[in-house]
Amino acid sequence: MKFLVCISNVPDTTTKITFTPDNKEFNKAGVQFVINPWDEYALTRAIELKEAQGGGTVTVLNVGEADTEPNIRKALAIGADDAIRVNAFPKDAFFVAQQIANIAKDGGYDVILMGKESIDYNGFQVHGMVGELLGIPTVAPAMKLDMSGNTATLEREIEGGKEIVEVNTPFVASCQQPMCEPRIPNMRGIMTARTKPLKVVEPTGEGARTEVSAYALPPAKQGVKLIPAESAGELIKLLRNEAKVI
Amino acid sequence: MSVLVVVECDGGEVKKSSLEVASYGSQVAQLLGTSATAVAVGEATEANLAKLGEQGITKVLYDAEPRLKDFVNGAYTKLIAAAAQQEDAKVIVLANSNIGAAVGSRLSVRLQASLATNVVELPKTDGSSFTVKRGAFSGKAFADVTLAGERKIIAVKKNSIEALHEAGKTAEVVSFSAQLSDADFADAPKQVVMQDQAGGILLPEADKVVSGGRGMKGPENWKLIEDLAQALGAATACSKPVSDVDWRPHHEHVGQTGITVSPNLYIACGISGAIQHLAGVNSSKVIVVINKDPEAPFFKAADYGIVGDVFDVLPKLTQAVKELG
Repeated sequence: MKFLVCISNVPDTTTKITFTPDNKEFNKAGVQFVINPWDEYALTRAIELKEAQGGGTVTVLNVGEADTEPNIRKALAIGADDAIRVNAFPKDAFFVAQQIANIAKDGGYDVILMGKESIDYNGFQVHGMVGELLGIPTVAPAMKLDMSGNTATLEREIEGGKEIVEVNTPFVASCQQPMCEPRIPNMRGIMTARTKPLKVVEPTGEGARTEVSAYALPPAKQGVKLIPAESAGELIKLLRNEAKVI
Repeated sequence: MSVLVVVECDGGEVKKSSLEVASYGSQVAQLLGTSATAVAVGEATEANLAKLGEQGITKVLYDAEPRLKDFVNGAYTKLIAAAAQQEDAKVIVLANSNIGAAVGSRLSVRLQASLATNVVELPKTDGSSFTVKRGAFSGKAFADVTLAGERKIIAVKKNSIEALHEAGKTAEVVSFSAQLSDADFADAPKQVVMQDQAGGILLPEADKVVSGGRGMKGPENWKLIEDLAQALGAATACSKPVSDVDWRPHHEHVGQTGITVSPNLYIACGISGAIQHLAGVNSSKVIVVINKDPEAPFFKAADYGIVGDVFDVLPKLTQAVKELG
């Protein structure tokens, strides 16, 4: 079975977010980039399923410029077999989805996995667009994925519960916890990753449909009003009479 | 042309987030000088759909096909696309929920529309350009996004828009059929399993949230959190370390890699306030922090704070809420 795992390159979760002086771009200076944490579930689960099936391949796909290669190599070190980088800045979800769909179509992949969203743009869009572009089902967000032959059983999170969904290959699923325990690279993986194939291709399809005109940070808080622990009950009165939230 | 609003219903009732979506849609319609039509999905009653008039909706399309009661991505997408074609919808508004956003992304490809999710404000438009503000960087920032093209789809974040209530106005409920076939239900769920919710309040829909961190010292102490939540009519939540060690289920984990919430009131008990946790809660209207460490970073992001022992403070708060009546 052929797995395609799509990963994004995002600022580490501890990053303090700042922007360029014109507020049009994220300020990358001094920022550590990582594999999007949600995508790590997709990657590890694909490797686990491949191992359980005793064959098949896991291909990692990233739409990004050359500076994403260290994290692509990391994905290879975790256990993917080969990688493709579409050499372009990921302008918006639709642009990225077209690249993924084109590669998936040409490569004949059975299972296309990715994280439920990237922690930088938080679109929760790409998986649905890829499914629609390819005319195949998307299950998002998936908390569990098991395969039996060409049939997958997934648990899909809904507000307040979950659905059990069965789909046949090919399909798209976007992953989140508790699907698996994301793996970290071991020394052997890091050594072998250096020689695994990483193909660079140029983007295809239409351009983006959306554009960020400005970024902004949330307004700063006014400062905390402290209430002494002995008179904790006063807090409840303030919440009713001053903040008017209860 | 018109604005089409996708309204999610459950057990006959329109979801609270969909009342916000309807209000958003009718205000967009007003901006564009047109009217707002809704298409309802899930289990609805005609009386409750007619009440969407209070949110400024003039007409509601409803397909009573019983298999549409549960979410089916293929069928919902086809239904909404058919409604959008019939109504010549230029703007489609849905909830940024696991249903709304999942359908929205498929629709955007099918209808060749531009899409913005996680939207927190009404659009700014001057006739030619159309810009919305959306949450980005997992709650750490906002982005103004310009949507290109003839058609736009907007998924509105919960609790960002005040629902309108114009008493006495009713919408016309019209039956609608998208001629769905068995193939459209191929990805229907085999089974739907709902969680046991303490007090029946779902975290993503909650107005008030009481949340606990490692400072609660163990799952056996969660009764203190639950008691306060119950007295307030709040949902319960937790920090990542707490769900990582299985003190609480992962669907209660609030933060950058868990659920992002934006309730009116968020009470954090024994949570230090790591940047990843703050990202998940900082769009809450009022934040209260209870922590025995006065240096806890969460106090900098809080509106009200108590420096004290949660085991001492929580029962006092619960008591004070009960005394309010």
